[in-house]
Amino acid sequence: MTTGAVGSAGAVRTATVRAWRGLRWYVREFTGEARWDDYLQHCAQHGHAPMSRREFERRRADAVERTPVSRCC
Amino acid sequence: MSGTMTTTDDFGSESSPPDSTAGGRPSIASVLIWTAVAAVGAIAWTVLALARGETVSALWILFAALCSYAIAYRFYARFITYKVLGADDRRATPAERLQNGVDFDVTDRRVLFGHHFAAIAGAGPLVGPVLAAQMGYLPGTIWIVVGVIFAGAVQDLTVLFFSMRRNGKSLGQMVREEIGIVGGIAALIAVFAIMIIILAVLALIVVNALAESPWGVFSIALTIPIALFMGVYLRRIRPGRVLEATGIGVGLLLLAIVGGGWVQDTGLGDALTLSKEWLVLALVIYGFVASILPVWLLLTPRDYLSTFMKVGVIVLLAIGLLIARPVLQADAITSFAREGNGPVFAGSLFPFVFITIACGALSGFHALIASGTTPKMVAKESQVRFIGYGGMLMESFVAISALIAACVIDQGLYFAMNSPAGLTGGTVESAATFVNGLGFGTTAQDLAAASAAVQEPSLISRTGGAPTLAIGISQIFSDAFGGGLQAFWYHFAIMFEALFILTAVDAGTRVGRFMLQDSIGNVWKRFGDLSWRPGNIIASAVVVGLWGSVLYIGVTDPLGGVNQLFPLFGIANQLLAAIALTLGTVLLIKHGKLRYAWVTAVPLVWDLVVTMTASYQKVFSDNPALGYFAQRQRYADALEAGTLLPPAQDADQMQQIVTNSTINGVLQSFFAVLVLVVVANAAIVIVRALRSREPLPTTEEPPTPSRLVEPSGLIPTAEEKRAIAEHERLVGAGAGSGPADGHR
Repeated sequence: MTTGAVGSAGAVRTATVRAWRGLRWYVREFTGEARWDDYLQHCAQHGHAPMSRREFERRRADAVERTPVSRCC
Repeated sequence: MSGTMTTTDDFGSESSPPDSTAGGRPSIASVLIWTAVAAVGAIAWTVLALARGETVSALWILFAALCSYAIAYRFYARFITYKVLGADDRRATPAERLQNGVDFDVTDRRVLFGHHFAAIAGAGPLVGPVLAAQMGYLPGTIWIVVGVIFAGAVQDLTVLFFSMRRNGKSLGQMVREEIGIVGGIAALIAVFAIMIIILAVLALIVVNALAESPWGVFSIALTIPIALFMGVYLRRIRPGRVLEATGIGVGLLLLAIVGGGWVQDTGLGDALTLSKEWLVLALVIYGFVASILPVWLLLTPRDYLSTFMKVGVIVLLAIGLLIARPVLQADAITSFAREGNGPVFAGSLFPFVFITIACGALSGFHALIASGTTPKMVAKESQVRFIGYGGMLMESFVAISALIAACVIDQGLYFAMNSPAGLTGGTVESAATFVNGLGFGTTAQDLAAASAAVQEPSLISRTGGAPTLAIGISQIFSDAFGGGLQAFWYHFAIMFEALFILTAVDAGTRVGRFMLQDSIGNVWKRFGDLSWRPGNIIASAVVVGLWGSVLYIGVTDPLGGVNQLFPLFGIANQLLAAIALTLGTVLLIKHGKLRYAWVTAVPLVWDLVVTMTASYQKVFSDNPALGYFAQRQRYADALEAGTLLPPAQDADQMQQIVTNSTINGVLQSFFAVLVLVVVANAAIVIVRALRSREPLPTTEEPPTPSRLVEPSGLIPTAEEKRAIAEHERLVGAGAGSGPADGHR
């Protein structure tokens, strides 16, 4: 009985942690915040020295400047 | 570009969907589940259709819609994706081939779905259904559900697919290259003109929601400094921490809503009670400044705010509906549907329900987004079903929720809010008399109590749909979540609608500016240079000036701007859909898929019948309430005879009605003619394609083998998981290129 309760509480905790991680992953991807991590990983793989976060975000913002984003009615 | 690689025979079994049901028998579980979904849907539709006089729960509408969507997505969308379009996951998408990390970028399907949905869904699906509720809940429900399944989602899916096969070309470019120069130019002008009308009508809705409402003006005005603060935060203080900045922004936004309630009772309240004319000026200046400011300062942070609010409210509304389980107050079909004499907008059920509800059922504007950024980010071809068709189903769901919100409020209040001031007289007493005359019970006390409950000076003739929706939402939320916060929820809903309408307006102004600079750049090179400051300023001023003047016309129209302009907006949006569906039909035929061309041709014919009938009636009808020119004639004659016709109160207003009717009528005819030019041009190409022994050349990119392995739909199938694991094993760790883990 106790082990069952612990087991199910554990399962609930695992599921909650998974859901939270999934949500966090999604929101970070959606907002583009995760792009910095991708970039750091890319630099590490290719042995580049990464630019500063400020510089990186500035370049991304400048790219957005040139491509209009449509929002529908 | 000679010939196409995609004759019908290349498809068929090879491009079958990669899951276990392909070709084989479906499993028992699958048969049982889909039978159950079909049964629930059928019961819900039956209840809705047969209910007369008894109380009907709004949840039946929800169930009818959700079951229909599920079946359409599972069967029809799949048929279109694999059989009709021939999506083939062995072909690399432009995102994979041309990946540059900027515009071409392989994006996780779920993330791209979010981006695409955020781009297509705005105020349209919230407003149209509210206005269409004057005809009862049934016509709107049927059109939203059937329309999205057979027209709207089909349009989004096919345009997305064809644009993806052409490296993400825009709708205008595809029409020019695949149909012809004449059609292309007509389409380009139509897109630009239609965008101006759409921006003006959206802005009109905001003006109507904020006029004489100090609470609303205060909260919306504060969104600008909040966005500026977020912009600076993301640029200078903590670069890239979007979640942090958005969290702070949403917190400040909620404070701004609460603060509006306090401010309206102070001396500031009078200063913030703005007339419609002042709001127009404010919006025009705002639109102009937003269009020339750097995007990081205002546009990007506003977009984060509005997207989070949008998703938040939609989720809350769905939960609220399930908890509150409201009962429908509207009739299934009102007499206005049959007689066409409704006060909210003129015209009978056919064609005007199908015009009034554009977004949520069939929205041409989506074709611009489905041929813009989205096709350049799709990872695998088969994902267009989830993103294009699924995204539109989601928008349709938003429209259904809005329809429910409008149909669960007291119908006397509904008509008092949505009839133009010329009819209601503007006071609670005159409005109650007017609404009683329509056959709906209400009293002056009821109407006064309703506005007191949400702490608004008045709710009479608050047309445009947004205030009505806000009333519906505030009622559902305070029923569901308790706490007596109706005034807070009302202003919360107004804020959220205004927020994303303004986001659409400033993004649209910017897109319009780019289009104008691009087009004029063909003749005057310098003007096309986006970094040339004077060019930016002139183009922004032109775009803002155009929608600003239409907005001003709407705001000052004695007959009621929404009543006059909303049909123009709906027809314009659906005419754009006609152009998109024409393109889809031409391309299916050019690709040798004549036998499947009905998939886009049937909604195209329907759409043309609806829009052309509506255009014809708006231009040629001799009923002055319906036809713009008949209306012009009536007021011009009276003006000549020196008599005043209500609702005009002086000769100036008479003259104004004459001018406005003329402008509206001319615009209406102009749009219809542009679309007919595109259709005629397309007909020539179709005849040529049918006569030709060789397939006509298209600009489709030749196939390149894909090296990506990704699931097609939301949830990976067992087979897809195996394929991904196998791929990862083969590629191995450290290969580094591409999202080997299935999500990057």
